[in-house]
Amino acid sequence: MTTQRFLLKGGKVLGADTADLLISNGRIEAMSASITDESATVIDLKGSVVLPGLVDLHTHLREPGREDSETVASASRAGAKGGFTALSAMANTSPVADTAGVVEQVYRLGQEAGLVDVFPIGAVTQGLKGEQLSEIGAMADSVARVRVFSDDGNCVFDPLVMRRALEYIKKFDGVIAQHAQEPRLTVGSQMNEGVVSSKLGLKGWPAIAEEAIIARDVLLADHVQSRLHICHVTTAGGVEIIRWAKARGIQVTAEVTPHHLLLTDDLASSYDPVFKVNPPLRTERDVIALREALADGTIDIVATDHAPHTSETKDCEWAEASFGMIGLETALSIVTKTMVESGLLDWAGVAQRMSTAPASIGRYAHHGQQLVVGAPAHITVINPTKSWVVDRDLVLSKSRNTPYHGYELPGLVTHTFFAGQATMLDSKVIDKAVQ
Amino acid sequence: MSVALSAQDISRALTRISHEILEKNLGSSEITILGIPTRGAHLAARIAAIMNSIEGKEIAHGTLDITLYRDDLRLRAPRAIMPTFIPPIGIQGRDVILIDDVLYSGRTIRAALDALGEVGRPRTVQLAVLVDRGHRQLPIRADFVGKNLPTSEKQSVRVSLTEIDGVDEVVIEGEAN
Amino acid sequence: MRHLLSINDLSATDAIGILDTATELARINDGQVKKLPTLRGRTIVNLFAEDSTRTRISFEAAAKRLSADVINFSAKGSSLSKGESLKDTAQTLQAMGADAVVIRHSASGAAQRLADLEWMSGSVINAGDGTHEHPSQALLDAFTIRKHLGKGASDLKGLRIAIVGDVLHSRVARSNVLLLSMLGADVVLVAPPTLLPVGVENWPATISYDFDSVIPNVDAIMMLRVQQERMSDLFFPNSREYSRYFGLNSERMSVMAKHAIVMHPGPMNRGLEIAADVADSARSVIVEQVTNGVNVRMAILYVLLAGGPLEVGSN
Repeated sequence: MTTQRFLLKGGKVLGADTADLLISNGRIEAMSASITDESATVIDLKGSVVLPGLVDLHTHLREPGREDSETVASASRAGAKGGFTALSAMANTSPVADTAGVVEQVYRLGQEAGLVDVFPIGAVTQGLKGEQLSEIGAMADSVARVRVFSDDGNCVFDPLVMRRALEYIKKFDGVIAQHAQEPRLTVGSQMNEGVVSSKLGLKGWPAIAEEAIIARDVLLADHVQSRLHICHVTTAGGVEIIRWAKARGIQVTAEVTPHHLLLTDDLASSYDPVFKVNPPLRTERDVIALREALADGTIDIVATDHAPHTSETKDCEWAEASFGMIGLETALSIVTKTMVESGLLDWAGVAQRMSTAPASIGRYAHHGQQLVVGAPAHITVINPTKSWVVDRDLVLSKSRNTPYHGYELPGLVTHTFFAGQATMLDSKVIDKAVQ
Repeated sequence: MSVALSAQDISRALTRISHEILEKNLGSSEITILGIPTRGAHLAARIAAIMNSIEGKEIAHGTLDITLYRDDLRLRAPRAIMPTFIPPIGIQGRDVILIDDVLYSGRTIRAALDALGEVGRPRTVQLAVLVDRGHRQLPIRADFVGKNLPTSEKQSVRVSLTEIDGVDEVVIEGEAN
Repeated sequence: MRHLLSINDLSATDAIGILDTATELARINDGQVKKLPTLRGRTIVNLFAEDSTRTRISFEAAAKRLSADVINFSAKGSSLSKGESLKDTAQTLQAMGADAVVIRHSASGAAQRLADLEWMSGSVINAGDGTHEHPSQALLDAFTIRKHLGKGASDLKGLRIAIVGDVLHSRVARSNVLLLSMLGADVVLVAPPTLLPVGVENWPATISYDFDSVIPNVDAIMMLRVQQERMSDLFFPNSREYSRYFGLNSERMSVMAKHAIVMHPGPMNRGLEIAADVADSARSVIVEQVTNGVNVRMAILYVLLAGGPLEVGSN
């Protein structure tokens, strides 16, 4: 198979020095101040920033089971649109990804779509029930080579189950990604517990319900010397615990979602379930703490928790509605708005938190590499000087549940290259068949 | 803008109307006077006071708000409901004198007749107004009129009373045809 | 004003206007007049997705006294209980030409969703949404308080009112705190800490865990219904202990100020939050609250519906 050659001219690599990049045969073939190549398609990137392809450690692709809300193929297109070259697919599908068969199916669907690498996450427990360990070893040994295990959507609540899971995955250098939610403190919970929930009469979801599990699990990870990843941290208190754990040398990593970096619980005042998400939107104070933690490395990565839902599960009363928001297509813009424009992160920092670190946590060796000659050509280009307006009717996800409808966001992702193939050119996704 | 009735004109008109009501009804004993808020209620109080002094005894008088009976409610923003006060003697079998400031389309009086019908069955219902400006839209006429003011429909008639406006006068605003 | 979803939709002037209108309507209703032609030809739908006989009947009586046509959609018979969405139901009501929907729903915010999503063009009146608000109840409570204690004033300045019981789950409490404080009253919330929401410290009210210390210093005591099932959710040990500390019995009533009144939105749990002899005492205005409810709801319907047909988006 001969592949198209691309010459990316004049972009700022990691937002710093201007360089030309020549992409060929899936790799960065050359990189220097000025390259000429007659046979390559030249793309002028003056003013744009060149980043390594983004890696999302936390998405819900809904296939198998809920193909009406998303498929691996549709999410792959949304991912390419957002600048992603790798997506981790959470296990809460139907059937649950708790066997080698399901994870291989999801992996294969990703390969077929061909726009990103889809890395299935395996369930920690059978059926996400929190009781019996699923076939973790078989999933790790499968074609999908699963390294991240999570019951996300549910908390691995039983401390003994959590301990065993953390121990078991050491065999193949896996990681448990915990959805930190103490279930008894969150029965029927609808939104962050605080001033706003008291006014709205919506059942509160206390910050402590998240923090208690984080605290327990960092101690467990320390005790069994295993790798723990905390999904979607949302509270200032959770940040403090992780900071403490890291200082102790505990092998814990943590993620924050774009929406928790921007949105606050007062948005629930509209009772519009597009703002209903698990874990819930918190307060301004938490948002500030999360941004600082992402900047100082206490929180390692940004992950979208892309959670597509059909309109009938959102076009209803708040209490009836499903939890979750889509996020693939807006993630980099939200990070630009909250972290880059605020001066908290430079583009190298963004690359670290949205590509290098998530690839490292997931052990996705082919992704998150430095932009150097010979590296796999997973590349994302963003024009930070351009802004765009989010329109839920134009998203590539099959679902429209974006909380940013009508927002003007900074930073337009214009090009994505996945293993040397252009998956997006000039903000238009290029499907595999066309490539 | 032109002044159609001065304070003195109004005073004289109310005195004359009071006398006419008493004359037509052969005294005050069967009369219940009901003013239509806001200004009609004040006019009713004045007329009752004049009649009291003529007759030397209390005339039954009160107010009748017609807001809830209007047929034009949907044409404008909701209006405040004004007090209705029916004197203890009631209206059953009585000669009810409705008092309003201006008689124009007649719709207010139609609403007042509906409102009265819910309260009881008077022997007669009569109408006294300070000003009749014409342009009736319903077959309604006044029994007692302070002054007939020929106006065009483009004009408006503004009645001021000291109780509310600090001055007694009736002015016509806007140009005639 | 197009909808009544929350007390926050009202200014103090709006609220006083509704109370004044209700006062006049009460005088008319006290006389011989049982029916007014004001809303003739208007259709009002009572959409009750949760059982509440008294509120539904109150709104129905109010609408009928204003000559509106009333259609009742109740929980058991309605399609809401068959899994039809609120959206589909709203669109059905719109197709039926409802000028207003009075909605009672177990989900907080249901009334606002109905209003905001433009599923229908009519007015939406919140008759209780989950644990959020119940604005018509607060208005009738304010009306009752003003009538007994207002001394002719239009607002409630200088009055001190205790709201006692399950504030956490009470839409009546939420609406009353907003309305009574807006009208100038001092509101004190009395409850065990388990039945006060986190964040209550930001409400325009003071908090007390000690009912006995509050009783002598208030002009009105509003008791809230306490549901037996709260016990199993660990909000209090048992009903005896609840009554001992937060029930209004005759002994407690005896230390109330001479003029002070006892209120309850109903339905009461006699013997739990309120003793039977207190509920039936001369201080109790509980039955009168029901009567006032019809007048206040007539006033609400009048203010929302008697005006001209409103353009979508106007407020």
